[in-house]
Amino acid sequence: MKKVISANQSVSHAVLAAKAQVIAAYPITPQSSIVEMIANFCSTGQLHAKFINVESEHSAMAACISASVVGARTFTATSSQGLALMHELLHYASGLRLPIVMANVNRALASPFNLKADLSDSLSQRDTGWLQFYCESGQEVFDTIIQAYRISEQVLLPVMVNLEGFILSHTYEIVDIPEQSEIDRFLSPPAPRDCLNVENPCLFGGTTDFYINFRYKMHEGMERAKIICQECDVQFQEVFGRSYGLIQSYLCEDAELILVTAGTIAGTCCVAADQYRERGLKVGVLRIRLFRPFPGEQICLALGKTKKVAVIDRDFSPGCGGIFAQEIKSILQGRRGGLPVYEFIAGLGGKDVTDEDIGRVIDQTYQNPEPGGVTWIGLLK
Amino acid sequence: MDRATKMKFPIPEDELLYSGHTACPGCGAVLALKYVLKGLGPRTIIVIPPSCAGTISAPFPFSSLKIPVLRIPFETTAISASGIRAALDVMGKRDIHVLGWAGDGGTFDIGLQALSATAERNDNIIYVCYDNEAYMNTGIQRSSATPEGAWTTTTPSPYLKDTPKKDIVRIMAAHKIPYIATASVGYPPDLIKKVKRAKEIVGTKFILIFSPCPTGWRYSSEMTIRIAKLATETGIFPLYEIENGEKYILSQRRPQKPLKEYFSLQGRFRNLKEEKLLRAEAKVKKDWEYLTRLAG
Amino acid sequence: MKKRYSLKSLEEMPITAISFLTTEGNETGEWRSQRPLLDLEKCNQCGLCWMYCPDNAILPEKDSFQISYKYCKGCGICAKECPKGAILLVKEKR
Repeated sequence: MKKVISANQSVSHAVLAAKAQVIAAYPITPQSSIVEMIANFCSTGQLHAKFINVESEHSAMAACISASVVGARTFTATSSQGLALMHELLHYASGLRLPIVMANVNRALASPFNLKADLSDSLSQRDTGWLQFYCESGQEVFDTIIQAYRISEQVLLPVMVNLEGFILSHTYEIVDIPEQSEIDRFLSPPAPRDCLNVENPCLFGGTTDFYINFRYKMHEGMERAKIICQECDVQFQEVFGRSYGLIQSYLCEDAELILVTAGTIAGTCCVAADQYRERGLKVGVLRIRLFRPFPGEQICLALGKTKKVAVIDRDFSPGCGGIFAQEIKSILQGRRGGLPVYEFIAGLGGKDVTDEDIGRVIDQTYQNPEPGGVTWIGLLK
Repeated sequence: MDRATKMKFPIPEDELLYSGHTACPGCGAVLALKYVLKGLGPRTIIVIPPSCAGTISAPFPFSSLKIPVLRIPFETTAISASGIRAALDVMGKRDIHVLGWAGDGGTFDIGLQALSATAERNDNIIYVCYDNEAYMNTGIQRSSATPEGAWTTTTPSPYLKDTPKKDIVRIMAAHKIPYIATASVGYPPDLIKKVKRAKEIVGTKFILIFSPCPTGWRYSSEMTIRIAKLATETGIFPLYEIENGEKYILSQRRPQKPLKEYFSLQGRFRNLKEEKLLRAEAKVKKDWEYLTRLAG
Repeated sequence: MKKRYSLKSLEEMPITAISFLTTEGNETGEWRSQRPLLDLEKCNQCGLCWMYCPDNAILPEKDSFQISYKYCKGCGICAKECPKGAILLVKEKR
């Protein structure tokens, strides 16, 4: 059924459809409306779940971890400061190989305070062993949460679904919410796994010098995840008629210049790409949807025979540059080492990224023979 | 059976702790665990943060407990217990007890926020704090449960702990949870009786267990039970219960023994000055009078 | 505790640190520097030594109790708490 809802509400509807059993969350702008709606679903009995009103995001993730170890399907949502507060527990969750699903509404990290879209919060957590998706629309948010439950329960790694604060979270779009029977066809109740239970008592999470072996198993899990995410998306297409892939490419096949980005900036890039195509310049756009595990092979394939790559990061790693840019440069190494990567940082703290800004990116990339460092778009003079 | 009639202090016979664990000889904390598990039985899930208990529970691939254990992050004992409770309830397994098991560091200090929240929500869990009055597992560093005048590695003489022990029981009473009790490894039948009482109540139950530590308190290991009893007999660790944060029930008679006897047995109080001892005696007397007034 | 896992290979390990063995193989009796000796003549089977042992190293045996030297760490609590003085601590011979 088609509804006009915000991406935040899409998250809530997806959690309802997925029949999450334990939800623990703490309010933070711009995520709060996700859990408000879920709390409503729980109180009306639509969602048969326990909703724990925790006193911090750290406790929210702790509750999800322990509930998941006992076998429940769990959910939490957060943003920036809350995600940062959960940091140690993100490692904990992936280390225990728990299928937790979390929605993160991307918001800039303080200090200074800024409530708006910035991907640095989730990208700072890229080493925590969570799968990460970056969405572009309310529909994709709904669909990805449903996919996330299936993927996490197959791979036994937690999944973070990211959506930009305000640009997505508070923007109303048409979202098609499938019938529950269709959802149930795609997403079955969780398969049995090693859980805490009194019939077969074990100790979970002990101290060990075999640590390196468990980390290797996590690596194997991440490698498997690339395949499982792909398969899941194909099956999603079969049931619901929609798919997204691990990456999405627009006019890349014959492009001389490909813009690479994540999230809603990709949509603006497509508008700019069309404008430049009218002028005879062959621009393509590559949106990275799955960031962890990083789909290096698919990206290299999609970049094809292009001559230049311009990466637009709505994020920043101080002392280094844009995070997507670093990852792109590193996977090109050894595969297409000669392909120049032009690095741009834009849109931090929710600063609007317009088609004119993208035009500036394209112009600069075309005009400069060499990349030469990071260019920041949108600064004061 | 013959043995039951001859035994002076019958407590449940079944052990839920395996031998071969690595607690120090004479450890009070592992005694606390032994007794609480006897009180709760095998249909119990326990969450343990980094602590002596965490180490005693044994490294992978071993476990020293006969019940399921989850090793949890330090701050999260109360909320981890709440999370398990929520999951079990949703899955219909309401008869399984959920036990949060933390030391004084993990309760009075780093775990206090989560504990307060769990108590405020009145989540149906049993939270036990075994109190050995310092961060013993990491090498005897001071916590807010360390008594005034005690030596620890982070309060070396002459900078002995100069503030009183945090009154965690009064803090928990302020949350008006259905059941709070103080207990001691010196009195196992009383401890187990309190655990069994807690087991029957729905809501947040908090039990503080006095757990002497030979390694950190600097006494010879065979004295653990003596010291535990002396703490109660001198009144420095009184035994009582609180229902709904308001009704106080004493589990002991008036303390008769002088506090000096308790302090003199422990190396950590070796440098206790006379004026500090007098202050401690006054405080114990005042606290006891306050308790008897509340108990009516 | 069912033994489904082993440490012989990566495949046989669990996916995360899930313990599948008990500590019963750890003979903490090796720690002892003093050993308790129970005099059954003096013992009145009150059970206090059994109750107070932190290592469950005093086991019920027929009408009385027996000390398990496999696990006893020699802490001495049993000797201290015995109301009949039926437990004597002697230096452990090595």
